[in-house]
Amino acid sequence: MSSNSRLIQVPIFSECLSQNKTPEYLFWVGSAGSFDDRAKKITRDFVKILESAKVDYAVLGSEETDSGDSARRAGNEFLFQMQAIQNIETFKMYGIQKIITCDPHDYNTIKNEYPAYGGNYKVYHHTEFIAELIKNGKLSIKSKPFGHDAITYHDPCYLGRGNKIYEEPRFIINQVTENLVEMKRNRSRALCCGAGGAQMFKEPEKGEMEVFELRTKDALELNPKVIITACPFCMTMLTDGVKLHEKEDSIQVLDIAEIIARANQL
Amino acid sequence: MIKQLIFSLTVLIAASVFFYSVRNIWLNIKLLKPAYPLDRWNQRLGLLLNVGFGQTKILRFPLIGFLHALVFWGFLAILFGSAEMLIDGLFGLEKSLSILGIAHKALMFSGDLFAFIILILILVFLSRRMLMHVKRFEGIEMTHKTHKDATFALTLILLLMVSLLGMNMGYVANHTSHASIYPVSSLFVSIFWIDSPEFSHVFEQINWWAHILLIFFFANYLPYSKHFHVFMSLPNVLLSKLEPLTQMSNMDRVTQEVKLMLDPSAEIPSSHPNQIERFGMKDVEDGTWKHYIDSLTCTQCGRCTSVCPANLTGKMLSPRKLLIDYRARMNEKMPHLKADANFNDQKSLLDDYISREEIWACTTCNACAQECPVNIDHPSIILELRRYIFMEESKAPSLLNAMSTNIENNGAPWQYPPSDRMKWADQLYINE
Ligand code: SF4
Ligand code: SF4
Repeated sequence: MSSNSRLIQVPIFSECLSQNKTPEYLFWVGSAGSFDDRAKKITRDFVKILESAKVDYAVLGSEETDSGDSARRAGNEFLFQMQAIQNIETFKMYGIQKIITCDPHDYNTIKNEYPAYGGNYKVYHHTEFIAELIKNGKLSIKSKPFGHDAITYHDPCYLGRGNKIYEEPRFIINQVTENLVEMKRNRSRALCCGAGGAQMFKEPEKGEMEVFELRTKDALELNPKVIITACPFCMTMLTDGVKLHEKEDSIQVLDIAEIIARANQL
Repeated sequence: MIKQLIFSLTVLIAASVFFYSVRNIWLNIKLLKPAYPLDRWNQRLGLLLNVGFGQTKILRFPLIGFLHALVFWGFLAILFGSAEMLIDGLFGLEKSLSILGIAHKALMFSGDLFAFIILILILVFLSRRMLMHVKRFEGIEMTHKTHKDATFALTLILLLMVSLLGMNMGYVANHTSHASIYPVSSLFVSIFWIDSPEFSHVFEQINWWAHILLIFFFANYLPYSKHFHVFMSLPNVLLSKLEPLTQMSNMDRVTQEVKLMLDPSAEIPSSHPNQIERFGMKDVEDGTWKHYIDSLTCTQCGRCTSVCPANLTGKMLSPRKLLIDYRARMNEKMPHLKADANFNDQKSLLDDYISREEIWACTTCNACAQECPVNIDHPSIILELRRYIFMEESKAPSLLNAMSTNIENNGAPWQYPPSDRMKWADQLYINE
């Protein structure tokens, strides 16, 4: 299938401006997507999807700064608002109106919380965006790389309960497998992975076990070959959970963008 | 006539006591902070029909939820009968609302039927509480007192239903032509009854009085009980936050200060310099009216705690406890605060009721808020307490301080310079 490979020059808004181009979409990479080693792979695969669907996008590069989500949830409202207002200024400078991100936390913050400071955008989570690309025929799925392996999906809290996005991820997963199995706690009842609300950046309080351990157990009950999620924090937690249960050799934890990139051998 | 007089007096007393309780709540509300503007009434009415009258959230626990929903719907039918009793008693009438014709008959019919169903269900609920080991009804916040309150309220409801059926039986025995309107009562009458019109009349009167007095007592007990949800659920649902669960409230005062920091020439609306408000919440008076009515509405059912990831993994946090604590501290502090605005008992909601260990264990996953049948917003209490800890005390866990400092210095929660933000894009190839 793959005949030749091409080096992607990821377009950056500041450069587009000097070329008099105004890309339609901002791909908001987010701090996790920029710096977390595992999340960076998701970012790369998502960019490949954008390229293959010929989406008119660009990123902010070094002009992007943290969305402020974790700072706000840790209680630092000042810092959050500084970050928000700074980002909104940047968006304004480039006339950005549509934003795509792979991070449900940044999605939630930019979509729901930035309007308080005058930042109103059409914001897409990458699961929404990929689902739309498939429905519009701009992206066609070329193979089903997982055969009949059982696949399960973990709903990120900020995507599911927070923003009621339950069906788009499942729609996408059903394009690449016939064997999507649900955990006993799914959709609005899904158990958290344990990373939200700034937990990602601190030690957990003491208890009988870790939240990610319990959530991974939910998934392991189904004997899946792949656990899919759609959030960089859930990715960290579930990957740790699979390791803790010593299943890293038989179970993969993947992001939705990654399964699409694999199906199309991008 | 004498009956009317005594009755009117009773109503007056019951209503005055009730008014006193409600007035107290209102005065408390007035001392609290604004939560959000109450707009979008179409959406609110939709919620009221759906979550309120439709009981959709309680039905998320299908079996016990359905049984409870039956009790709720039954109460609505029975409420109609209570209103009729009130009119009858005040004006010396009998079945005054029968002018409504078929609607009256239908409501009487369902009231009679529901009274029996509720009676059985209350027996089920009581034995479930007393004999079975229901995990949801346990936890550090579930003290002997809270259990006694639950049992007492359930017993009251049981007596309410018994007296209602007794009243209906007495009535049916003397009005056999109406037997079909009271299916359960007439069945009982046909099985066992002393065939004497006097007995039936006295029996009906005794139960009539017992029932209405119990209603008055129940109504005045409720404001001090977890069963206050009988009154509060519908208003609380109507006044819910309409934004997405994960959307945090904005702090306008911070916005003003941040704007000033970024642009010193910006105009700030003049604030009241001697009324420096705290950032976030340390004690109950820093909360909003919604925090308070949430705490009054909480039924202590424990659905929130039963889905909380922190609680499920053995952490100290139990979302139900936040509401119980808030209400208890309101009860403790507000009477003093109303008398003396500078009242200080060296205690606060933070630390003396809710510990830091609880607050920092929350993942803001919103499973609690999603599950709560009466739309209570637990994470907002936690997040307001965190705002106080972070901004007023600077005592957040050190790793969170480090995270914050990193964002301030280099725009990311980790120590990477902004110039590294594009490193992920190195050597990125696509197969075409
Ligand atoms: S907060 Fe809601 S779910 Fe939790 S105990 Fe109270 S009523 Fe039940
Ligand atoms: S939001 Fe916090 S309190 Fe509520 S269920 Fe999640 S972890 Fe528990």
